[in-house]
Amino acid sequence: MISFTDVTKVYPGGTTAVGGLSLTAPTGKITVLVGPSGCGKTTSLRMINRMIEPTSGTIEIDGRDTSTLNPNELRRGIGYVIQSGGLFPHRTILDNIATVPLLLGWDKAKARTRAHELLERVGLDPILGKRYPNQLSGGQQQRVGVARALAADPPVMLMDEPFSAVDPVVREQLQDEFLRLQGELDKTIVFVTHDIDEAMKLGDQVAVLRVGGILAQLATPAKLLADPHDDFVADFLGRDRGYRGLAFAEAPELPLRDEPVVLLGSTVAQAAEIAAGDQWVLVVDDARAPLGWAEPDRLSGLIDRDHLHRGGTVARVGGSLRAALDAALSAPSRRGVLVDEDGRLVGTVRAQDVLSAIERRPAGAVA
Amino acid sequence: MKWFLGHLDQVWQLMLNHAVLALIPLVVGLLLAIPLGWLATRYRVLYSPLIAGTGLLYTIPSLALFILMPLVLGTGILDPVNVVVALTIYTIALLVRTVADGLGSVPDDVVQAATAMGIGRGRRFWSVELPLAVPVIAAGLRVAAVSNVSIVSVAALLGIPQLGSLFTDGFARNFLDPIAVGILACMVLALAMDLAILWISRAATPWLRTRVAT
Ligand SMILES: Nc1ncnc2c1ncn2[C@@H]1O[C@H](COP(=O)(O)OP(=O)(O)OP(=O)(O)O)[C@@H](O)[C@H]1O
Ligand SMILES: [Mg+2]
Repeated sequence: MISFTDVTKVYPGGTTAVGGLSLTAPTGKITVLVGPSGCGKTTSLRMINRMIEPTSGTIEIDGRDTSTLNPNELRRGIGYVIQSGGLFPHRTILDNIATVPLLLGWDKAKARTRAHELLERVGLDPILGKRYPNQLSGGQQQRVGVARALAADPPVMLMDEPFSAVDPVVREQLQDEFLRLQGELDKTIVFVTHDIDEAMKLGDQVAVLRVGGILAQLATPAKLLADPHDDFVADFLGRDRGYRGLAFAEAPELPLRDEPVVLLGSTVAQAAEIAAGDQWVLVVDDARAPLGWAEPDRLSGLIDRDHLHRGGTVARVGGSLRAALDAALSAPSRRGVLVDEDGRLVGTVRAQDVLSAIERRPAGAVA
Repeated sequence: MKWFLGHLDQVWQLMLNHAVLALIPLVVGLLLAIPLGWLATRYRVLYSPLIAGTGLLYTIPSLALFILMPLVLGTGILDPVNVVVALTIYTIALLVRTVADGLGSVPDDVVQAATAMGIGRGRRFWSVELPLAVPVIAAGLRVAAVSNVSIVSVAALLGIPQLGSLFTDGFARNFLDPIAVGILACMVLALAMDLAILWISRAATPWLRTRVAT
């Protein structure tokens, strides 16, 4: 657990970057600091590992006041990831990752083995280990940055806009993998971003800061969307808060309907028969995984993949209300496809059924 | 040509002298310029005085410096130490700025990352900042090397034997051959030192010769 108690940072020159910040980042959870540019996110983060010393107030990690600890030893126990990766250009990827283990006095062989293991863990080909950072793409460098921060298995990780320098597709991948990793590792993470969607996606709790380093609201993403504390927070969260809030609301039992299906490769005549007059019919593979919708009236011969309408999203049973509603709204048949954990079709749901489930929830309910 | 073939041994000996007189100051000057350059980047207030101060040293005429050295050091006028110390001063004059610029060229996020990993200041300097400054420092070192080779010849006026002696000798006898040979030998020596530094710098920076991903 990391706790800020009335922490203030005034830079020489008089800028108050952080003004009386008190908050707690619980053990094993992701706490996101989000806010407009210059609101003191980086300053707050760097005060944790003492790269910046607070002007007043205390910061404790697991009850120990950081100002009483040796800065270098403190930092070796805290992973740190920055936007550009900050990799050492003159060291190979493996050497970059092994930096902290070697500082901690691990023997070389063990540090190398560990570096190899982490390379795989963050989804990189071990072949890349012998390369230099300038031989990697931005997304790969960012993964190495994460691997390097994890190398000595620190309980605490500080991340300063780690995914903001890569394109949106890669960013989404990195975020998903980061969540998967965190699911296995349960680190205490303080994560800085100025992207509210990223904050909502990654944060167990989100601290919205305003300029001057003042805490506007600290809450779970669902609570923030459902109940922003003031106009600043509401504006910062942006539009579609009601709809986005559904992402955090687990769908209750939805009335599922059996959906007639045809196998890929069936004849159009078979499909038309199964559709029984309906315009659309759902096509699945041998494992009953939904592939897309087909319109038998407009096809002839055998149904192959090129014939399928793939616009519909697929929701998981027990997933969020947002995913279920989106599945219904995006399917050309207006029947939302729901699958089980293994991706096999369970049934379909109609938008109006999702909506009535939403309406039955108590007002202002928060997951 | 005939003169050259007849004096091979002598030219070789002068060239060796010349190389030693140019090289020792280069190495010593570099070793002294590194801490000075570090001070200039570490303490912002020292930057201007250090760069301007050391830069000013380069404007002292070399002959004057050679003649002044015995007075300051208490050495004999013919002592090669005078030349070595004087050239060390010139090397420092050229390299302090280079070292400071080289250290300044290290990307800030790399230094920040090093700090954040708990690499102490001293270790960070030797293992991160200095290696990354090598390309810039090497470029300055090449200039200093060539400059040293050319300034050493001035010491011939004081009678310290090196390639410059061929100029004074040829001039005194109104004989062109030694002068031409001296010039050529100086150029060869300068080129050799230049290439040697280039080669060492390349060997020390393998990461710069990699295919850059796009
Ligand atoms: N070293 C410094 N000296 C003086 N002022 C500083 C220094 N570092 C930051 N500041 C100021 O402190 C305030 C907070 O800066 P900080 O870098 O913490 O913001 P941030 O929230 O991380 O912003 P961004 O989203 O742009 O990264 C800003 O007004 C900034 O100009
Ligand atoms: Mg910042």
